[in-house]
Amino acid sequence: MNQYWTDIIHGGKSLLTGLAITAREFFSPVVTEQYPYEVPTMTPLFRGHTELIGNEETGLPNCVVCGACPRACPSNCITLEGKKAENGKGRVLTRYILDFSKCSLCGLCVESCKFNALRFSKDYNLVSFNKDDFVYMDLIKRLEDQNRCKK
Amino acid sequence: MSIPLHLRSDEVFVLNLGPQHPATHGVLRVKLTMDGEYIVKAEPVLGYIHRMHEKMAEGGTFAQFMPNTARMDYLHALAFNHGWALVVEKAAGIEVPERAEYIRVITVELNRIASHLLWWAAFLLDLGGFTPLLYAFDDREKILDLLERITGSRLTYCYMRFGGVLNDIDDEFITGTREFIKRLRSRLPRQYHDLVTHNIILIKRIKDIGFVSAEQCRRYGATGPVARGSGISYDVRKNEPYSVYPEFDFEVPVFSEGDSMARYMVRMHEIEQSMRIIEQALDKLPSGPVMGKAPKLLKPDAGYYFSAVETARGLLGHRLVCDGDKNPYKLKLRSPTFSNLSLFGEVAEGMLLADALAFMGSLDLVIPEIDR
Amino acid sequence: METSIWRALLYLVGVMVFAGLNAAYLGWCERKGAGRIQRRIGPCEVGYAGLLQPIADGVKLLSKQLLVPRGVDHIIFRTTPVMAMIPAMTSMVAIPFSANIQARAVELSVLLLFALASIGMMAILLGGWASGNKYAIISSARAVSQNLAYEIPMLVTVITVVLLTGSLELKEIALKQQGGFWHWNVFRLENGHFLTMWISFIIFFICSVAETNRAPFDMAEAESELVAGYMTEYSSMGFGLFMMGEYLNIVVGACLTTTLFLGGWDCPFGLTPGVWWFLLKIYILIFTFIWIRWTYPRTQIYRLLNLSWKILIPFSFANLLITAALIKVF
Repeated sequence: MNQYWTDIIHGGKSLLTGLAITAREFFSPVVTEQYPYEVPTMTPLFRGHTELIGNEETGLPNCVVCGACPRACPSNCITLEGKKAENGKGRVLTRYILDFSKCSLCGLCVESCKFNALRFSKDYNLVSFNKDDFVYMDLIKRLEDQNRCKK
Repeated sequence: MSIPLHLRSDEVFVLNLGPQHPATHGVLRVKLTMDGEYIVKAEPVLGYIHRMHEKMAEGGTFAQFMPNTARMDYLHALAFNHGWALVVEKAAGIEVPERAEYIRVITVELNRIASHLLWWAAFLLDLGGFTPLLYAFDDREKILDLLERITGSRLTYCYMRFGGVLNDIDDEFITGTREFIKRLRSRLPRQYHDLVTHNIILIKRIKDIGFVSAEQCRRYGATGPVARGSGISYDVRKNEPYSVYPEFDFEVPVFSEGDSMARYMVRMHEIEQSMRIIEQALDKLPSGPVMGKAPKLLKPDAGYYFSAVETARGLLGHRLVCDGDKNPYKLKLRSPTFSNLSLFGEVAEGMLLADALAFMGSLDLVIPEIDR
Repeated sequence: METSIWRALLYLVGVMVFAGLNAAYLGWCERKGAGRIQRRIGPCEVGYAGLLQPIADGVKLLSKQLLVPRGVDHIIFRTTPVMAMIPAMTSMVAIPFSANIQARAVELSVLLLFALASIGMMAILLGGWASGNKYAIISSARAVSQNLAYEIPMLVTVITVVLLTGSLELKEIALKQQGGFWHWNVFRLENGHFLTMWISFIIFFICSVAETNRAPFDMAEAESELVAGYMTEYSSMGFGLFMMGEYLNIVVGACLTTTLFLGGWDCPFGLTPGVWWFLLKIYILIFTFIWIRWTYPRTQIYRLLNLSWKILIPFSFANLLITAALIKVF
């Protein structure tokens, strides 16, 4: 019988404290971010899709087509082709296709690159109506677009 | 587990709970044989999200499996990172610098708090309370922001490397972590305990419900908060210490009641203990490199290797078989939730549907980790 | 004759507009209130502060396909949403919004409201049954046992009010409480009735939360257990009508509580009584409903029945006896 009364009294009290807490939260400021109006800033380490790093002066990709990144990739989502450079020294990149639909953004390709040719972009607004835009993501074209924007 | 004799087969009905059901948090399916609202027999059906992670490990190099570890238990991904890093370091004989060990502990414990907060939120959602979810996510968001700063991702981390960690932590992370701990400590008593733990509706709902005995835990191999809620004091961090855990002063919360309330209390206390560990680690943090010497392409000697870590859900074992090649020969994962879930069928017998779902919530299931 | 037809038409339209607006905009209030409690904004995109959200929702529901699954009981399945909505709307007829605004003075209006509420409950039972869904059937069985358990303490507490005021007509009951808050049933100073009446008020309030299937007593639609309970198989406006019926039940519950215990349209300080006071009171009560819903976890069906049979019913009977004794003595 004692338990019956303590349950009622303590229970009632706990219910009232609950209401008091939510009432206080009701009058506290909003904590959510209003996304399209407030854009979050990405941290320096944010992992967007990978992108090629261009030479500061020429704007051409730093890549020497060593093939370390496709070997490091666990999901086989990198395809790249190169050809002999015209001046005969090393190779130049002609095609770099990232299959972003498979990429898990692990970053092993970026780590494996010894020539400072690959990095993560800070672009998180990737949208398309066409799946192929992501299955065949042409990173050289993106680099060229970036260079044009810089100019 | 057979249907009792006094119930004819036309007196019971089968209720398919899942694979799409709000309370199963993913694609778990439970075949319930019901007598009205009472469960006569419960049979979890697994495999809806089986992705062959163990086989995938055999296909790639050791480093290439690291991103996969985060995709099993996506709530405590760093512990899975840690377990994999430990077993490979053991196999290849790689030394880890002390600073890296401390950073590992700090991030894993932060991630553990985030995991427990999310469990708390989801558990309350199972019980029909929506508001606590948002309060817990408010705090969890702070952890994710902190971890994003140093790991680069918010949920499926790929932060640990064989021989260290990917990035060093900076002063901003350290002050941010201290601020977060202060904030969570001030919020725990009100937004968590006053609003929920002491609430009479919740107490009546989970106290003395879903009793799991210590004997059952041993029989099914349940670990983590489920075992500790049944009076078994077993925590890998204390009993088989790894990394730098022996250097910290923390307690393993054990409750002997064995009901859902006990498991609830274990997790709430673990949040506090994790905060203690993080504080000590930040105080003692040594300087030095965060990455030891490790070859780019690992070829460990042939043999069997095993590592165990304590995730938010219990003991995670990595059993690795190497044959001297650059790929693992075989990897077997012993994931905690698989054992914890296998309890469900036996314990849920004779329970009401609503109680069984509350009990299932208290087990803290992460389905991708069960199926792997 | 002429005027009475116009009067009837006016009230018909008035009641329907009031009911429709409430059914639509309580959803908005609920979402906005929940948002604030959870420290977010809630609807804010459609119109100023999301005020056009209910219209957008309505258009969305109307434009969806009305799916009738194979194996359901067609006639019952299609009529139950209407059955959930109509009684709640009809209840508005008997409610005195102020001394002069009442569509129809029914002599036994208290009983009428309870009878209509039971029809609403039948809609849940039939809707769940006709769906042919296991979750829906469990849900409707729960709803019936819950309503049975909570109608008893509710009616017993209403009897205390009826004893005090000596009438079953809502307008009469409200008229007896005029002239400041110390005349209201819940605080009635006269003969020390406030000693028992505040308990009656709390019991009545808890019961009206349970009767309207609101959290923490939303056993019937417990979304984490029963998916959506009796509404699982309903789509489009069938679902919409159930939702509107639910909100209307809340309005009726708040109106009833206000009339029975809080003096109806009376001003707390004895000044300017009128319909605005009535509306203020019911919206405060409705806000409390929302506030409670977003604070507590859901209870369990047998805890809910225990609460009714072991706590509310004994207390309400004891209250009834004491009130009767007080009336007899003084």
